[in-house]
Amino acid sequence: MNAKMTALLGWVDARFPLTSNWKAHLSEYYAPKNFNFWYFFGSLAMLVLVLQIVTGIFLTMHYKPDASLNVSGVPVAFASVEYIMRDVPWGWLIRYMHSTGASAFFLVVYLHMFRGLLYGSYRKPRELIWLFGMFIFLALMAEAFFGYLLPWGQMSYWGAQVIVNLFSAIPLIGPDLSLWLRGDFVVGDATLNRFFAFHVIAVPLVLLGLVAAHILALHEVGSNNPDGIEIKKKKDANGIPLDGIPFHPYYTVKDIVGVVVFLMVFSVIMFFIPEFGGYFLEANNFFPANPLVTPPHIAPVWYFTPFYSMLRAVTVNFFWIDAKFWGVVAMGGGVVILLFLPWLDRSPVKSIRYKGPIFKSAVAIFVVSFFILGYLGMLAPTPVRTLVAQACTVIYFGFFLLMPIYSKLDKCKPEPERVTE
Amino acid sequence: MKKLLFVVLFAPLLVFASGTELHLDKAPNKSGDLAALQHGAKVFVNYCQNCHSASYMRYNRLRDIGLSETQIRENLIFSSDKVGDLMRIAMQPAEAKIWFGVAPPDLTVIARARASEFGSGSDWLYTYLRSFYRDDTRPSGWNNLVFENVGMPHVLWELQGQQVLGEDHKLTLAKPGNLKPAEYDALVADLVGYLQYMAEPVADTRKKLGVFVLLALAVLFVFAYALKREYWKDVH
Repeated sequence: MNAKMTALLGWVDARFPLTSNWKAHLSEYYAPKNFNFWYFFGSLAMLVLVLQIVTGIFLTMHYKPDASLNVSGVPVAFASVEYIMRDVPWGWLIRYMHSTGASAFFLVVYLHMFRGLLYGSYRKPRELIWLFGMFIFLALMAEAFFGYLLPWGQMSYWGAQVIVNLFSAIPLIGPDLSLWLRGDFVVGDATLNRFFAFHVIAVPLVLLGLVAAHILALHEVGSNNPDGIEIKKKKDANGIPLDGIPFHPYYTVKDIVGVVVFLMVFSVIMFFIPEFGGYFLEANNFFPANPLVTPPHIAPVWYFTPFYSMLRAVTVNFFWIDAKFWGVVAMGGGVVILLFLPWLDRSPVKSIRYKGPIFKSAVAIFVVSFFILGYLGMLAPTPVRTLVAQACTVIYFGFFLLMPIYSKLDKCKPEPERVTE
Repeated sequence: MKKLLFVVLFAPLLVFASGTELHLDKAPNKSGDLAALQHGAKVFVNYCQNCHSASYMRYNRLRDIGLSETQIRENLIFSSDKVGDLMRIAMQPAEAKIWFGVAPPDLTVIARARASEFGSGSDWLYTYLRSFYRDDTRPSGWNNLVFENVGMPHVLWELQGQQVLGEDHKLTLAKPGNLKPAEYDALVADLVGYLQYMAEPVADTRKKLGVFVLLALAVLFVFAYALKREYWKDVH
């Protein structure tokens, strides 16, 4: 049997790079041995991606992207979601996995990005990994935005209306552009169908391609680590990094532990508090979409609220252009500025462990203001809240724009020769 | 000095204090109380389901709350509907809109839709159904403290009686109904319990299943952790 398997493997290897890929990406991919808690979230993001794709496939078998009203006066799309929740065997479980998975995806991706910020994982030679990752983040935001329209509840509808209307703030082409995006004068059946197409095939294809590029780029240069030093600089006689261990089996068995813990947290939410107090499933979205009734308060889901706060923070017209446009610029800029991080950080060391007090304080203030922005984005604006949001927006951009200066000024500690712990 | 520091530190939090307050009474928890849910279902089909559909819910799903198909057919279906049909109504939404100003909403998931920072959807419904009062300025002759200028008249008025709104913004029972106030509250509690059940019939199942899934994951964790430790013994 074993000889036959070896022969079969040889047959495949003569025709397809199976063993060589297995080695390059798993059994002989040497990862630093000092990965800590923060390094679980990359593999978890991949797990959630697979979960979303698999549950999504089953949801499309019963979901109907149709805004017309059924005999009871309810939009078909909205009713089809409740059909999944009630009449499809295990449909409720698949739907809750998908809705909880959406928030879980952002949670792990935010933590994954923050890990990069902590340990300088975006620094040379990993700029492209960071860029691919940022494009994944952008695609993920698009994916979540398109997907949120599909249940066709009040928040779905008015959230999409607000966001698509933002494009109308662009001078000259704005109104025509937003009309073109919607395919109608208001968000309607045409919008629902195209968002469905984007959500189930267009964006997922882009996402998968970007994830592949992200991992290929990572495996080309090798993983960073909490010490921010290159393990490839110190190799043994066989050319294996002294501080490296094969990804498989060491990190596969370690990541399984992470996966189980993650699934436990995921299950607690999915089985016991699937709405998560209105943060994962908003109460208002249990009302079917009604173009004639605008909800008093339209708030995006939690993962968009920091950027939504930046949008609302801009209240002054610059030049002859409306404040709304500059709000859109602030919101977009808030995301885009992350792309430039590899070139903004001029510190001589990568990891926060060896960075000085200025950078550490900057990160702390940045995190606090990001949380405040996220919190304010869920609330209706008041003059005082807007003022706080403006201050936090300035801090957010200041963190990035001033980084070339303060990261150079900072008093850093010397990096160790070999990884610690 | 410490007090002053406290005030200065926490003053910014006042920024986040909410403007309008809505006081809701806590709805009694009826989940798993089959007698209450069955009573609630009876009230629902008799008083609510003339104008409000529950069009995502099938009659035979009520087996969940301990009823047989025969019991459902004989006690809860008043039309020619089959026991496997959706709980729809005969009234057309377009006509209802002309008659009431707004079409009565489908109530299947209303208990989830009415949740807010002031309380659960059940709390809202429990308070709402006990907050109707006479108001001759309204076309129906009724108004509501929780839902201002609501289109729906007080359908349960024969049971509760007639409340009036005092100068102090409090409701008082001017004309008693067929039920004593405590009996009426209990009836509304059962109805709201039923609405809560109907909004997510699978809620109890999912919680029970969740316990088993977590136990299984806990066992898996022990093995996964042991495996990791075994492999990592030789990493120094």
